[in-house]
Amino acid sequence: MFSRAYKTIVTVPPLLWVTVFLLIPYLLMLCYSFWSVSPAQTIVHSWDLANYQTLFRVNVYWQTLLRSMWIAARVTIFSLLLGYPLAYFLSFYAGKRKDLFYQLVIIPLWVSYLVRAYAWKTILGSDGVLNTLLQFVHLTRHPLEFLLYSPFAVVLTLTHIYTPFAFLPIYAALEHIPRNLVEASHDLGATPAQTFWNVIFPLSIPGMVAGATFAFVLSLGDFLAPLLLGGPSGIMISNIVVSLFGAAYNWPLGAAISLCMLALVVSLLFLSERLEKKWSFS
Amino acid sequence: MELLVSSAPPAIPHSRWLLAHAVTVFAFLYLPIVVLILYSFNGEGVGGFPPRHLTLDWYRTLFKDAPIWDSVFNSLQVAFTAMVISLTFGVPAALALDRAQFPGKILFRRLVLLPLILPGIITGLSLAMMFKLASVNTSVLTIILGHGTALISVATTEVFAGLQKLDRAQEEASLDLGANYWQTFWRITVPNLKLPIIGAALLIFTLSMDEIAVSFFLIGRDNTLPLEIWGRLRRGITPEINAVSTIIFVFSLVAIVFWYRLRVRGEGGHRDAAGTEIAEAAEGGLA
Repeated sequence: MFSRAYKTIVTVPPLLWVTVFLLIPYLLMLCYSFWSVSPAQTIVHSWDLANYQTLFRVNVYWQTLLRSMWIAARVTIFSLLLGYPLAYFLSFYAGKRKDLFYQLVIIPLWVSYLVRAYAWKTILGSDGVLNTLLQFVHLTRHPLEFLLYSPFAVVLTLTHIYTPFAFLPIYAALEHIPRNLVEASHDLGATPAQTFWNVIFPLSIPGMVAGATFAFVLSLGDFLAPLLLGGPSGIMISNIVVSLFGAAYNWPLGAAISLCMLALVVSLLFLSERLEKKWSFS
Repeated sequence: MELLVSSAPPAIPHSRWLLAHAVTVFAFLYLPIVVLILYSFNGEGVGGFPPRHLTLDWYRTLFKDAPIWDSVFNSLQVAFTAMVISLTFGVPAALALDRAQFPGKILFRRLVLLPLILPGIITGLSLAMMFKLASVNTSVLTIILGHGTALISVATTEVFAGLQKLDRAQEEASLDLGANYWQTFWRITVPNLKLPIIGAALLIFTLSMDEIAVSFFLIGRDNTLPLEIWGRLRRGITPEINAVSTIIFVFSLVAIVFWYRLRVRGEGGHRDAAGTEIAEAAEGGLA
């Protein structure tokens, strides 16, 4: 139905643009990861694996990568613990207020992410809202120092930010479950718990996998929350990339770290895609 | 259909716990926003309970603060131009993915969607490397190119989702009746995709206004609003930041209400919000 000319016109411009501004930069990053920096701070186009060796030899790099994954894993778990029951409640019990509740989950996404991280900082600080509140009601005498500048603060903030992202695909999956399946299960004598675990939960797994992937991947690469709230013990891998880009001026090493992240993210997406297919019923 | 969907499952005794859980999650989601707005009126600074000396002083300071307004202007400029770029390339990209076969289509599809899920710093750093090699100085223009490129993903996913629901018979009829492709595109295809396109435009605008990771690597002399705020956060914080955030939040709320009204009118009460398709499409699109 569509002519060759039509197809060419809709294909070629986006293809060119994406090649120039996405494909070439990503490939260039791959090249950079093999290059190095001279003492005079110029880029040396020598092709070797020195940056990748540095990455695995110097403790701070791989340890920070592992810590980022551990932080992201906690964020994922908490986002699911908060997001799943909420999605389940909205989908099955909220009745007429479904729309309203749904919008209420979305609205925080429209507040700048930076600003929400900043708001947590003003809440958790040693003279922040929470500490002064605790002292005001005489629960504590001194500010609790562990609240801010700790991995705890980073996990809390990232959970706040990514819970709606985990919620959305779970909610979509629950909404797509045919309600007559649930009724059939009930009519055949299953208890509500049996219906949930044998009918609803298995059908919601693809949504859960998608939500978990979002939460993990997005929090893994975060650099604002750790810089604002993490302190020295809450530094994440992206912070290292940023510092290598700026003050340290070691772009090649930064490129090598970025590519490791990219490989990790792409393999996770691949894995989650497999899992979603395996569990999807259609 | 509506009857089937609305019939609730039998109430279970745990629904009270679910309600309590939902209330807790909402409290958690809204706590920082409430604190943010409340303390924009606090004379004593950003912390301290209870809030004292309620005042509008921070808003007055804000209105006299030229660098903030310059950065707001830059951000608006970036967001608007990036929106135009993303739509210019994202809409045809969706049409291409829907209707054309070409070598490398799968790679193209994945590549377009990658910036949506990839940490922003990777996209930012790789673009910075290219601009450096091409001796292009970073400026508002490079940020525009960065945002415009990264957010093509949003335009493509939204419009692609819209195309799946589109009835092709109308386009076919238009072509059969002698309209050319250009006329058919503007008179049939675009009007039918009005909602996804407006939705994508709003979302791209908002995401660009808030974007920081890509901008961070492509910034020149002129700051965008998030980078201006970022710079101030490192120098010490005053409720002026709460004030500017509150104003932007109010504008965003107006945009959401506008979008919701449009959506409800356009789809006969179908409940949805910008962003849902992103979640669904990104999930489906990467497959």
